[in-house]
Amino acid sequence: MPDPAIFRQISSKPQVHLTAFAQILPVRADMSSTTQVSLMTDVSAEAPNVADIRADYAALIQRKRLYGGALLAVFVAMMVAGFRVADDRNAGSFSDGFTRIFDYPGEVLSEATEKAAQLPGHVMTFFPALVETLNIAAAATLLGAIAGTVLSLLATRGLARWPSLIPLFRRVLDICRAIPEIVIALVLIFLLGGGPVPAMIAIAIHTAGALGKLFSEVNENASLKPVEGLSSVGASWAQRMVLGVFPQVGPNYVSYALLRFEINIRASAILGFVGAGGIGYELRNAMSWGQGRYDEAAAIFLLLFLTIVLVDQLSGKLRDRLTYGAQS
Amino acid sequence: MTTFDTSVPPTLRKLDMERLFLRKRLVSLAFPLIILAYLVYVFFAFDVPGLAERLNPQNARTLVADSYSYKTHVTRDNRSGEVSVAIEGERKGAYPQGEAPEWVQLATASSDVTIIDLEDGYVVRFGSETVEFDIPGYGTIRATPSRSAGVQAEFPAGDLPDWINASKNRLAITTEAGRLTVTRNRAEVFRYFAGWELFFFTLDSPYHGVGLGKLMTLAATGEAGAIFHDFWTNKMWRHQDVAWAIFETLLMAFLGTMGAGMIALPLAFAATRNFMPLRTIRFATRRLFDFVRGVDSLIWTVVLARAFGPGPLTGALAILVTDTGTFGKIFSEALENVDQKQIEGVASTGAKPAQRYRFGVIPQITPILLSQLLYFLESNTRSATIIGAITGGGIGLLLTQAIITQKDWEEVAYYIVLIILMVMLMDWLSGWLRSRLIKGEQGRKGRKTKSGKALLLP
Repeated sequence: MPDPAIFRQISSKPQVHLTAFAQILPVRADMSSTTQVSLMTDVSAEAPNVADIRADYAALIQRKRLYGGALLAVFVAMMVAGFRVADDRNAGSFSDGFTRIFDYPGEVLSEATEKAAQLPGHVMTFFPALVETLNIAAAATLLGAIAGTVLSLLATRGLARWPSLIPLFRRVLDICRAIPEIVIALVLIFLLGGGPVPAMIAIAIHTAGALGKLFSEVNENASLKPVEGLSSVGASWAQRMVLGVFPQVGPNYVSYALLRFEINIRASAILGFVGAGGIGYELRNAMSWGQGRYDEAAAIFLLLFLTIVLVDQLSGKLRDRLTYGAQS
Repeated sequence: MTTFDTSVPPTLRKLDMERLFLRKRLVSLAFPLIILAYLVYVFFAFDVPGLAERLNPQNARTLVADSYSYKTHVTRDNRSGEVSVAIEGERKGAYPQGEAPEWVQLATASSDVTIIDLEDGYVVRFGSETVEFDIPGYGTIRATPSRSAGVQAEFPAGDLPDWINASKNRLAITTEAGRLTVTRNRAEVFRYFAGWELFFFTLDSPYHGVGLGKLMTLAATGEAGAIFHDFWTNKMWRHQDVAWAIFETLLMAFLGTMGAGMIALPLAFAATRNFMPLRTIRFATRRLFDFVRGVDSLIWTVVLARAFGPGPLTGALAILVTDTGTFGKIFSEALENVDQKQIEGVASTGAKPAQRYRFGVIPQITPILLSQLLYFLESNTRSATIIGAITGGGIGLLLTQAIITQKDWEEVAYYIVLIILMVMLMDWLSGWLRSRLIKGEQGRKGRKTKSGKALLLP
């Protein structure tokens, strides 16, 4: 998952790109470099040559443009070549498929509008499946957040229970984060049979890794003073964490967990598609029935879309409140 | 400054305070309780107690054993009497007719008994009619399969131990040295070895079983091409296909992320207050971003797979469409936070609008743009694996195929290791590029400032 913290860091200090001005204002740039050079020439006692400096500057700009142009050319070449390779290895080509993008949605929509009267019924039918998908996401987020909290505390300098094991816990977090959910889910489906539990475990493991990394960044910014104060009165490690660290990091934790919940709803829908229950499973069934049952697929599309938008909005509001306080 | 209301007596104030404390305590107690109650509800809603019944211990054992070991099958066809040896019982792992590993003594002209030495005193003999199995500490089992009478087995005296499973038509013996099954049609011995079989060379390659040192000398004497060819076209592990699949997955992530960035950037200008004066267009673009983001990548994948068929292009397009919405949102927020002074400064020198954008706006958002693109490139490597498993492309497809066979668990383990390495490599690469391309970003140091709408969807 991309780390928002970096983005925050960058956006907080927009940089002034002097070179950009220099390109437009060669005269002024020249002047500044002239003064600089004249200071230096005072030592070497040589007359400043404006023409030379201008030539130097032009060469510098030329080189910069050349590098930029070369980089751009490489990028464009990679995009074009990559696209052609992907197009070649695809079953249908881009030019053929492009005209047919809206065929399937069109069919689904037209059939859904024909049977619009049945739509509420379908929505009711698939509502339990939606609840299951939401439950998978929520339970996985909860379990993942709990595991991520413990792992992140164990992997943060200054807070760790066993400081020498920090690298180990970091690697554990890295590996948890690197495993795509579908890998664990497919293996667990083989062992446990289809159902929500494999999906929940798979998402929880990935969540633990992703949240653990974010949490440990939050932890690093926590003040150690309360922790030291608590340890001076003989508090155990768990007490130090719960009473000294949690109050400082709580809002950030909750806000990251909410963000993860949004992502996990999407993930649990996808895992349903490979057989882990919930609305994704229903979607695959409805699709495999093919024409004539597209109204069911449309109902599922609608449910999924509305849920994701709703949860996005709610959690966005909640996160804003957590970050900026209730008054704003 | 709040003024203190002195009209309220201290006792009342204390009472107020105590009520507040009580409420706080209740809340801090209620929060874990609610979580616990929810987990209990999920525990029963997901039927976790029934999980023990659904758990398939046989599958679990196969999976674990197969992921780090392999078995060699020695099979006798009871009708023709022919004995064949094959690794994992697959044709591509079969020894050529008349050849066998040294622990199998094939029948010769002088004796028609095939002797399979499972070591530690465990020996199986395939005679012309009878199959014999010597088990140390137990005795010798004789089994005679025939078309008419099924499998007739003779055991040493005493009760049958539970590792022997005998019925009219089938005899199965499981020992720690290996397994023997005898049915009417065939007798088969499985012997287990640790490791992944034939990982480098298959049996038909001349380099199979050649030591590393010898291989190096051979490579140095001009056979490097042939050695690489035999490794690359290994039928068992398909290194070439796997490399292509990983490349496809990375390609999907690259094309999708960069394409989304390229489409989203111009659109993002249309969604900002400071660059798009027309409210309707602004509103429409924003709703478009919301819509594209709200329609889950699963739905996009399904819809696009219908139009383009399975393959990496479909995966790339699915990533592209989904991320266009996300990037549009991020970029437009970044553009709204752009400093107007720099644009004014550029304009004051007489710059035309295009130059104003190029030198006044783009440099300000480049760090955000690049860092987000690189973050998404990393996270989309994972998404591409998942989407590949659904649409059929890349390493995700190979993984699902290997899992569906339900026996190639060593390949599943191999792919999982490769996927983890791939994602970690991309993670490292994107971090490295970010630190190289964006000045001012030095790892994770420094306190985070409270600014901007920082939390974004990946």
